[in-house]
Amino acid sequence: MPGDDNTKRSPRGEPFVWLTSLGLAAGLMMVAGLLWVIVTNGTDVFWPKRVAEVELREGAGFEVGGALTFSGKVDTERAKAGSKGETETKFYIANRDAYGASFKYIDDDAIASLSYPEGLLVIERMEYGRAIGYPVNLTAGDGEVVAADDPRFFEELDALVRHAEATRHEIEDLRRKKVGRLSRKLEKIALKELRLRDKHAGDEARLAAELAPLLEQREGLQKQSEEYARRATETEAALNASKLTYRLSSGGERTLEAGGLIDYYAPNTLGLGGRIGLFVSNVWNFLSAPPREANTEGGVFPAIFGTFVMTVLMSVLVTPLGVVAAIYLREYAKQGPLVRSVRIAVNNLAGVPSIVFGVFGLGFFIYIVGGGIDEMFFKTKLESGKPTFGTGGLLWASATLALMTIPVVIVATEEALAAVPRGMREASLACGASKWQTIQRIVLPASLPGIITGLVLAMARGAGEVAPLMLVGVVKHVEDLPMSTSFPFGLDQKFMHLGFHIYDLGFQSPDSEAATPMVFATTLLLVVLVVVLNLGAILLRERLRRRYAAATF
Amino acid sequence: MHSVTTSPIPDADMTPPDHTGGDGTCINVSDYSFFYGSSQALFDNNLDVPERQVTALIGPSGCGKSTLLRNFNRMNDLVDGVHHSGDITIDGRSIYSPDLEVISLRKRVGMVFQKSNPFPKSIYENVIYSLRIQGVKSRGELDATVERSLRAAALWDEVKDRLKDSALGLSGGQMQRLCIARAIANEPEILLMDEPCSALDPIATAKIEELITTLKKDYTIVIVTHNMQQASRCSDRTAFLYLGRIVEADTTETIFNNPKEKQTEDYISGRFG
Ligand SMILES: Nc1ncnc2c1ncn2[C@@H]1O[C@H](COP(=O)(O)OP(=O)(O)O)[C@@H](O)[C@H]1O
Ligand SMILES: [Mg+2]
Repeated sequence: MPGDDNTKRSPRGEPFVWLTSLGLAAGLMMVAGLLWVIVTNGTDVFWPKRVAEVELREGAGFEVGGALTFSGKVDTERAKAGSKGETETKFYIANRDAYGASFKYIDDDAIASLSYPEGLLVIERMEYGRAIGYPVNLTAGDGEVVAADDPRFFEELDALVRHAEATRHEIEDLRRKKVGRLSRKLEKIALKELRLRDKHAGDEARLAAELAPLLEQREGLQKQSEEYARRATETEAALNASKLTYRLSSGGERTLEAGGLIDYYAPNTLGLGGRIGLFVSNVWNFLSAPPREANTEGGVFPAIFGTFVMTVLMSVLVTPLGVVAAIYLREYAKQGPLVRSVRIAVNNLAGVPSIVFGVFGLGFFIYIVGGGIDEMFFKTKLESGKPTFGTGGLLWASATLALMTIPVVIVATEEALAAVPRGMREASLACGASKWQTIQRIVLPASLPGIITGLVLAMARGAGEVAPLMLVGVVKHVEDLPMSTSFPFGLDQKFMHLGFHIYDLGFQSPDSEAATPMVFATTLLLVVLVVVLNLGAILLRERLRRRYAAATF
Repeated sequence: MHSVTTSPIPDADMTPPDHTGGDGTCINVSDYSFFYGSSQALFDNNLDVPERQVTALIGPSGCGKSTLLRNFNRMNDLVDGVHHSGDITIDGRSIYSPDLEVISLRKRVGMVFQKSNPFPKSIYENVIYSLRIQGVKSRGELDATVERSLRAAALWDEVKDRLKDSALGLSGGQMQRLCIARAIANEPEILLMDEPCSALDPIATAKIEELITTLKKDYTIVIVTHNMQQASRCSDRTAFLYLGRIVEADTTETIFNNPKEKQTEDYISGRFG
């Protein structure tokens, strides 16, 4: 009956409501899925899992290090490519020095048995990733050998770990800080020499006289430098006299010199508390240590620091510029076709691909501005082949990002200014305030929440950017953080960046399998960083908004 | 050519009224027309506003009351494309004279708006805003001004214990009185009020009306109102505007009891508007 039909039929347009909610659901699911993958994989890296000892079936075509027994962490299980129902497991077998790779896929059919022996140790070391094996003995510097079944063994091993750590610091101090300082002094002397040679060209006697003290000084410094280097080598040799010997599950004993020993743990006897403790200390190391072994091991502190300093510097550059520009556009400029077209141009600037800004930064900031600065102020250094500002560095990277994000700040500020109630401006003007006083005392404070929102959007965009940075100063590894107490305060230094770090680890790494965990961990960190930034901004904005709530009702 | 830069006689702006010609006229409007772009809002108006009295501007909405009021302190300058003919003088001096700065004019002519508009600052800072922009630093002077202004605006007793609180926490009537205190703090000669009670409840309205009667001892007050009772209660003189023209201006008593014009009588008796 037609009448019945009418009552059953849903109102026109109802399907579109469903469609829109479906769209939202799909979007949310994708975001949730992405986050889930990042969070599980990113935290998994730090969790100390148990290590299995695997017996392989004979004749199944698998072996590790020439043997049928090996130890490894179960990483992932997956269906074998091109087979029906067969599965294979990815093991983290470590011992890259012995096996040539850190991961291995084994057909599940080829596995005879799995066990979790208590004696296994996971040993963290400076090179070749981790080692997994049974401890055999410990050779002290004086040749005394402590066997693994000696009750003193783990005591001695712990002491050695601490000693190795302290000694490495000592060596590092000698090599990097002391020798580094001397070589900077030597560089300065070389520059002075160049200058003198220029000044007294043709006047051999004068030149020799003036050079003499310089050369003497140089000799002294070089001697001192050699002395430091010798002491470093000696200390290292003394440390390396202590050795840890361990046996691989696949057979064969190996020794690790104490210089390469970082830490160890027994993965199969660790209690929950111990695991959590280890997890926390792993996370802390990741956040606070510099990377090792082509960035695949160690931490990401230099990248965090670089990202942070760059973002702060960018904000310092972009805020005043953007706010001043917006004030002029909104408050002073005569609204007309010209201002409208400027506004459209600014909006379009926000849509320009970031790599274009990178190219501009390289061409303008580095080659023209930086080259000019070097030409004028760092001439001698330039002549010795070392540009100062004429090459990528912290300052130019920040300036490039500032340029890239300035439209965001301008647009947000303009909107915030426009939202200040007219009554408030009139009240100020009626009190005898000038236009500038009104802007400064009433309009700007009232639009602060909006301005901060814009700034944080800009920061989030800048912190997550990679492409332009590769052209203007970000590199895969630096020895020194971009920071210095003497001019130019590290502004000219190259630096590491989290976004680029992810790209470099994931796609430029010689051993991408080994780098995968770091990629996830770093991605998680970057996501957390951006979320924290945004949350902070929202909180700040809400607080300010409550304070400056408009008086109109 | 004369210079349009800073006033060469700044003190002249600050001296108290000299009661030009002894007739006690404070504001004089002569043949004044005003245009928003091409649309004319005021037509050849003439008006005398005597000093230390309350003059009410009444008329149906859209007739130009606010426009006229906002020209007394040149607030309409902020609107794009406005122009005028004729003149307005305050104490005999044209407000458009090139050596009179708008800022010093606005110091002498305070304004209270229809919608109360306190700044999102503390009560204290609201009151002394005009002193702050003049760079007054002396703590004693600031404190004295706050007390004097708030007392004059009959708000002191209500807020004296929470001067540091945000002004946005006050009630509607208190906010409007705070705006009056803020205008008074500048020590103006003239106080312009554009429907100051239109957003307030009857009790708050009564308080403000009472306040207006006390303030006229010290200030020349021009008040725009659409409330006839209010005009009759608290004004000494009344001007009736209709379609941009001042139809009639006289003592309030005459306007309400014995108007000369038919239009005025119709409006007063509620036959239109
Ligand atoms: N900013 C403005 N721009 C253009 N026209 C305006 C503006 N303000 C007021 N007007 C016009 O001027 C006339 C008088 O307005 P107004 O003085 O506000 O009237 P009233 O206060 O008596 O209600 C009205 O026709 C109004 O539309
Ligand atoms: Mg009005």
